[in-house]
Amino acid sequence: MEIPRHWRLKQQRYGLVGEVCPHCDYKIFPPRDVCPNCGDEAKTLYTFSGKGEVFSFTTIYEAPTGFDHAAPYTVAIVKLDEGPMVTAQLTDLGDQPIEIGMPVEMVTRKMRNDGDERGVIVYGYKFRPAVVAA
Amino acid sequence: MPNTLLTPNRPVGIVGYGSYVPRYRIAAREIARVWAGSKGGLPVKEKAVPGLDEDVITMSIEAARNAMLRAQIEPAQLRAVWVGSESHPYAVKPTSTVVAEAIGAVPHIQAGDWEFACKAGTEAMVAAMGFVGSGMADYALAIGMDTAQGKPGDALEYTAAAGGAAFIIGPAENALATLNASYSYVTDTPDFWRREYQKYPEHGVRFTGEPAYFQHITSSSKTLMAELGTTAKDYQWAVFHQPNTKFPQRAAQMLGFTPEQIAPGLLVPVIGNTYSGASIIGLTAILDIAKPGDRILLASFGSGAGSDAFDITVTDKITLRAGLARKTQEYIARRTEIDYATYARYRDKITMK
Repeated sequence: MEIPRHWRLKQQRYGLVGEVCPHCDYKIFPPRDVCPNCGDEAKTLYTFSGKGEVFSFTTIYEAPTGFDHAAPYTVAIVKLDEGPMVTAQLTDLGDQPIEIGMPVEMVTRKMRNDGDERGVIVYGYKFRPAVVAA
Repeated sequence: MPNTLLTPNRPVGIVGYGSYVPRYRIAAREIARVWAGSKGGLPVKEKAVPGLDEDVITMSIEAARNAMLRAQIEPAQLRAVWVGSESHPYAVKPTSTVVAEAIGAVPHIQAGDWEFACKAGTEAMVAAMGFVGSGMADYALAIGMDTAQGKPGDALEYTAAAGGAAFIIGPAENALATLNASYSYVTDTPDFWRREYQKYPEHGVRFTGEPAYFQHITSSSKTLMAELGTTAKDYQWAVFHQPNTKFPQRAAQMLGFTPEQIAPGLLVPVIGNTYSGASIIGLTAILDIAKPGDRILLASFGSGAGSDAFDITVTDKITLRAGLARKTQEYIARRTEIDYATYARYRDKITMK
């Protein structure tokens, strides 16, 4: 049972809420209260646009416990438009091939159950291929 | 008869709207291949299937985000987040709290989950009309969303689909469409139900037609129009609950609407029956193409049974706002066809333990 941890991280997990440095405008994700760029205190919340591109990716066939029902799935390092890199699952791929540089957008999805099917459902950010206008 | 119309004390309307349809589709002929030897008529062409990591919470979040983009208001301005569904992920724990948290609307809100078979979403819309119309709140978010269940091989499996829509109800002066009046027609009619702990619903087969769907949806629409003094000709568009292709077509005909009037909102052939989302996602597709001044009749239907009818007028704010978020037809165009085996896996129909 990791309910306190999931609860504490919900804002950043559901909505990609990080921080912006009030001194140098550096965008920070995940939030860490200290700017990795200038070293000053940075506690101002900042909601990322969720837009980015695939920097690198790999497909998981032997998934860790809790993620096995979704295997195989693809994990990517996504470079957000605002700068930071985040590691996240890709989703809604359908039969679309993944390429480095592919534009992606954040969606909030089910990550796993906390424990088994009786546990709370953990939701968080994933990225999917950017939906193009019809 | 007393005046039965529901009209707010101050004028209200739809300030923002958003929809969501998952990416995957299964063709009705694929279901017929597995269960009916490819024989018999098909109620739809195909239906939308949610991915493994989707449920009513995740789908509501996306529709709500689209509605917020169009409404151009701050999440903290919302005073209510209400989600209507018959597939809430939890038996106990609100869908609406997760949705509210994800869009940043907490903590100064009402939140709650609504249930009335397929009309839970419009029930939340009527409540939002009252909430805003009374002056208690300026903005309320009402969502109708489902990942509908259909027993393998049952008639419902061909249509039970996933999708829905979100509406931010607010003052008419900031609305892209005004909600002029509403009327609800409700009786105890057991046409479709799901008992507690049961995975799949049961239905009254042909009983779902005349005494249930047609009686309620035509009564709500006729009463609304009679009390407003309107006829089908006064509306540019109409949209009805759509459990299959034929029912809304016939209801429209019974009420005097032409096939052209219901065409843009008739999405069931390509996404299936999205239950709580079915009539209102049709409304989003209409709003996507509507012009200022267009008048729309919306009538939902929920088994058990009831129908909520709405009289809606599009304002000039539609011109700027419709393009601020993804359109419903763009979600429909994003389409990956899957076979029955993949569908069975995605819909958790394979027992693993």
